[in-house]
Amino acid sequence: MIKIEKLHKSYPIGKDSLHVLKGLDLHIKEGEFVSIMGSSGSGKSTLLNIVGLLDGHDEGNYYLNGQLIENLDEKNAAILRNKFLGFVFQSFNLITYKTAIENVGLPLYYQGMGRKERQEKAMKYLEKVGLKDRANHLPSELSGGEKQRVAVARALATNPKVVLADEPTGALDSATSDSVMKLLKDINREGMTVFVITHEEDIAEQTDRIVRLKDGVIISDEKVNKKVNA
Amino acid sequence: MFDLDRWREIFQTISKNKLRTALSGFTISFAILLFTLLFGVGNGLKHTFEEQFVGDANNSVYIRAGRTTKPYKGLQSGRRIQFRNDDSKFMNDKFEYEIQYFSPNIERNMQAIYKGEQNRYTVRGVYPDYQPLESAVIQDGRFLTYLDLERRAKVIAIGRLVEEDLFGQLSALGKNINIEGIAYKVVGVFNDPGGDNDERFIYTPFTTFQGIYKPNDEIDRFGLTFNPNLNIDQALAFSNLLTKMLKEKHDVDPRDQGAIRVQNYAEGTRNVQQFMMVLNIIILFIGIGTLIAGIIGISNIMVYIVRERTKELGIRKALGATPKSIVGMIMMESIFVTAIAGYSGLMIGVFTLKALGKSLEKYFILNPSVETYVVVGATIVLIIAGTIAGYIPAKRAARIKPIVALNDE
Repeated sequence: MIKIEKLHKSYPIGKDSLHVLKGLDLHIKEGEFVSIMGSSGSGKSTLLNIVGLLDGHDEGNYYLNGQLIENLDEKNAAILRNKFLGFVFQSFNLITYKTAIENVGLPLYYQGMGRKERQEKAMKYLEKVGLKDRANHLPSELSGGEKQRVAVARALATNPKVVLADEPTGALDSATSDSVMKLLKDINREGMTVFVITHEEDIAEQTDRIVRLKDGVIISDEKVNKKVNA
Repeated sequence: MFDLDRWREIFQTISKNKLRTALSGFTISFAILLFTLLFGVGNGLKHTFEEQFVGDANNSVYIRAGRTTKPYKGLQSGRRIQFRNDDSKFMNDKFEYEIQYFSPNIERNMQAIYKGEQNRYTVRGVYPDYQPLESAVIQDGRFLTYLDLERRAKVIAIGRLVEEDLFGQLSALGKNINIEGIAYKVVGVFNDPGGDNDERFIYTPFTTFQGIYKPNDEIDRFGLTFNPNLNIDQALAFSNLLTKMLKEKHDVDPRDQGAIRVQNYAEGTRNVQQFMMVLNIIILFIGIGTLIAGIIGISNIMVYIVRERTKELGIRKALGATPKSIVGMIMMESIFVTAIAGYSGLMIGVFTLKALGKSLEKYFILNPSVETYVVVGATIVLIIAGTIAGYIPAKRAARIKPIVALNDE
């Protein structure tokens, strides 16, 4: 599903450049539940941005769903994001003036889906995350956990190939963290590839495979032995 | 563009972000409102001036005689100058091309009686040419003719208010009015755009009047209009030459300002035209200034709006919005808001002008109004400015990498 070969990425900082990713190789198969662990500055967010087509890479190859990603313009990146990827962010990133159901429906709007169909589908995913009764609330009227569940519903709405979660529990307390992680586990069990970035050991341990990143290189890549792939 | 869903999205953004909608709308409305009011008031001033100068033909020249103020050629000052019939002939011979209409004029304030109603009026003995000179408009009957002049007919043309005073609701036409013992037949009633004073005159043939009241060939003054083909400078040159020749003829010092006075409306017309030109330039200048202020205002606000929305645009991009759809959304919003706001500013301006119209008359502002094409043009300019002002930051926002936009707090 996601295949990365010798990936390099640097950021210009003034006149110098900061070499963040130093030749990563990573292969994530369909249906996997993978976490990327690393302290801040390890390059894990950069990796997620590149995987999520939110940022470009300098060197190496990146295949998404078998398609080589190179020289991608903004428009095609947007189309691929919409089609293959669902995002869950640490800070939720819901649009503040839209209700829960409208937020979930937004990626479908950019797919060109009609209003009625969009609402039905958005409602279906809200129901799936257990927020059917909160559909017409604004984000400011929802708790942190509820917001993140809306964000998960939004990530699922287009039925993507991969869900990318950047510190999905970073802004949540432990009880709500657990409910969000449980939700991610549930969707993985249904066959979705889920890719989580975290710096919390106990979050990473709930996934099936942990990739540890330090200073732009992978230092370990191991299966969590508590359970076998579904 | 006419996708209902897209409009729904735009309406939601506009209505859920009232402050910024109000800000940008207000800028546009206010600019158009100021523009409309300014142009309206400017036009009102123009109308006032136009009206002040419609009373008489604006190419008219009046010549009066007085007493000399300087001794000349052995003659003492204080000598009274008297025009005579040969002056009429003299002027018409010398200035055949320059003079369009010409009339000598004798006038007296006299008592007019019709069946018990009586009043005093200025009675003038004139040529038929006097009618266009005064811009008098016949509403009943006719004005004087050369035949009347030849026959020394005792006929009169009276002003509308004379008829009203003496005849009430009845028509004066064909009736005889007794003016200090002599009966004159009313052949015409006229009105005059110059106003009430000009409608209280009585005109009678020059020869009749001269024969009865001045048993000689004396004339009080002359009225004439110059050939409308002359431009203002030529017209002024003509009246200067005329003055000079008349002074020569009557042995008046060329520098004597009192003995023969020539009043040429061309001078006033020129002053008015220059004043109007300056006024127009000022109005245009302020109008353009207002528009530029509006354009700068809307540009600033659009930059601010796009800045404020950076994060939202980043989210939209992450969810699959293409740069084109981002630019399109911002521009449609911008055009929609500016169009609605511009239109309402225009309407408020037009109605304010209408409401204030009457009360401004005492400030020399008459019928303040704006030509539709001017305000519609100004609104379109602002909409285009709003579009461009929206396009540049929208384009930039659409280019920002979603990851940068998402990290924007």
